[in-house]
Amino acid sequence: MGTTLAEKLWADHLVRKGEDGAPDLIYIDLHMCHEVTSPQAFEGLRLAGRPVRRPDLTIATEDHNTPTLDIDKPIADLTSRTQVDTLRANAKEFGVRIHSLGDSDQGIVHVVGPQLGLTMPGMTVVCGDSHTSTHGAFGSLAFGIGTSEVEHVLATQTLPLKPFKTMAINVDGELPEGSTAKDIILAIIAKIGTGGGQGYVLEYRGEAIRKLSMEARMTICNMSIEAGARAGMIAPDETTFEYVKGRPHAPEGADWDAAVDYWRTLTTDDDAVFDTEVNLNAADLEPFVTWGTNPGQGLPLSATVPNPAEIADADEREAAVNAIRYMGLTPGQPLRDLAIDTVFLGSCTNGRIEDLRAAAEIIQGRTKAAHTRMLVVPGSARVRLQAEQEGLDKIFIEFGAEWRNAGCSMCLGMNPDQLKPEERSASTSNRNFEGRQGKGGRTHLVSPLVAAATAVRGTLSSPADLADVDVLVGAGA
Amino acid sequence: MEKFTTHTGIGVPLRRSNVDTDQIIPAVYLKRVTRTGFEDALFAAWRGDESFILNQEEYKAGSVLVAGPDFGTGSSREHAVWALKDYGFKVVLASRFADIFRGNSGKQGLVTGIVSQENIELLWKMLETEPGKEITVSLEDRTASCGELTVPFEIDDYVRWRLMEGLDDIGLTLQNEADITAFEATRDAWRPKTLPAKTDEKFVVEVARPVE
Repeated sequence: MGTTLAEKLWADHLVRKGEDGAPDLIYIDLHMCHEVTSPQAFEGLRLAGRPVRRPDLTIATEDHNTPTLDIDKPIADLTSRTQVDTLRANAKEFGVRIHSLGDSDQGIVHVVGPQLGLTMPGMTVVCGDSHTSTHGAFGSLAFGIGTSEVEHVLATQTLPLKPFKTMAINVDGELPEGSTAKDIILAIIAKIGTGGGQGYVLEYRGEAIRKLSMEARMTICNMSIEAGARAGMIAPDETTFEYVKGRPHAPEGADWDAAVDYWRTLTTDDDAVFDTEVNLNAADLEPFVTWGTNPGQGLPLSATVPNPAEIADADEREAAVNAIRYMGLTPGQPLRDLAIDTVFLGSCTNGRIEDLRAAAEIIQGRTKAAHTRMLVVPGSARVRLQAEQEGLDKIFIEFGAEWRNAGCSMCLGMNPDQLKPEERSASTSNRNFEGRQGKGGRTHLVSPLVAAATAVRGTLSSPADLADVDVLVGAGA
Repeated sequence: MEKFTTHTGIGVPLRRSNVDTDQIIPAVYLKRVTRTGFEDALFAAWRGDESFILNQEEYKAGSVLVAGPDFGTGSSREHAVWALKDYGFKVVLASRFADIFRGNSGKQGLVTGIVSQENIELLWKMLETEPGKEITVSLEDRTASCGELTVPFEIDDYVRWRLMEGLDDIGLTLQNEADITAFEATRDAWRPKTLPAKTDEKFVVEVARPVE
């Protein structure tokens, strides 16, 4: 019997096989750090008198609570400033490379790794952040870890782990125009549930996945954790190699050829068997939005707010009642009618250059709904610089959006970018948990296309809904 | 880490599924750089509500949390475990846990026992009928007992052994340091290294403010 991609990567990183029920010891190729989940880990090293074993496989960026305005001034929030200053001091003391606020390579860790060419196929990648699954898009085993594990990797460059189970997610068919990678992953999570992936590594396969760009693949793998999975991955192919080639840390010359030869072996064998398989037809996918307070509570945009009385499962019914109350909704209300106060375009899910381009194309020549605020936060400083080179910033600013500096921003509201109580957002981020974007804030997860169209109409909308607006104001192409 | 064999304490029925780590500790409380002092942040948003279970006098001193399925989903923040521990919880029982949360708990000595949803319901009923009732959790026997009811729970063998011995993971791994060094010697030369740092020469900007 053949092996799956996940099993191959496991075998390629096995330092020591666990005996008598002990976990395997797995080597870690790349460890990324940020200011929130690392201070206690560095403190642990200091107390134990341990060095960072491999500073040359470690990189740090400031992202979770950095401001997106006035980045040349000291961070106003004292506790945020302490955390960022602590990361800087730790990086200096332990010899770890750091990209600080204002540096061209600063940004969300999951945007920075791929953009520097540090993320490649066939690696194990970890970070004290659950969205590390993003890097699985390159055909790597990438997953989030807790602070104790951060300390463990800093000290040993390994992790004791029990093998994951494997799940194939087959997405065939042609994705309709107006639907995106975000809609695929929201539909998958709605199908298998927020606990459906627990204990599994997901491998996304099929024609619809093959056709996606690297950035779209990252969007899909990014949200694997929202289905409960530690990791999600896509086997590398020409699209992957093309994306990596020429990046600052990509291999060159003979090294490149050797790397590609290895990367081509990183596929699931035809006769391999997954523990579970799930099938989805991309052709059926409309733009998807969430109505509730977990990412599994999603529906096509054309649907209405569900009626909990019609939900058979008692736990799900209660969760729906709570979510509908928190979100201020009424069962039966069309999702398209929901007025949106804030549109957030950004995050490690949808803050890359393709996301900004796609949204800019929708809003160009159109007018923003008067009551809706739009915040555009590039995923990294380099994405911002590239967007400015392409003139995207001007399109957003002319439209009436706020053009900001890079970071996690309103995805989790650790910096000043937060929703007010009962404020409703359409957000391209990854979590619609209660209070995630600000205490009492109400989040609907959407794709960049839906975010852009929503900013035009002021209610949850897809680009296809813009035709009537254009007739009214005589704008648009 | 302290050794864990048995624990007896007040059971707290938390009738909610999908309790994500943003509910256990909202992100605004993640800014501390210490490992302790997170007790006030536990369930911060819900504790503003007088009817919330931990605001009821009988449950305030609880140390065994009995929660709905999919406890600890979402962010990888270990602060969620620290907040539960700092508040005084020693054990969480649920029918399903998120993987990262369960892993983090094991590292920090918080016992996460998997109990069937049927038995969770029985425990909830007992704890709600007699608020303040104690649960005894035996890691040795893998059981949780409440009055005359004793239910089994599942926990990974290795994690159980480590918790019972109170062993530090890093110390255990470093016993095999020679294996790590030998593995490193086999790595291909083309594998990426973060140092020396390389950058894209296009669009270089200066650091906005000096790094001290």
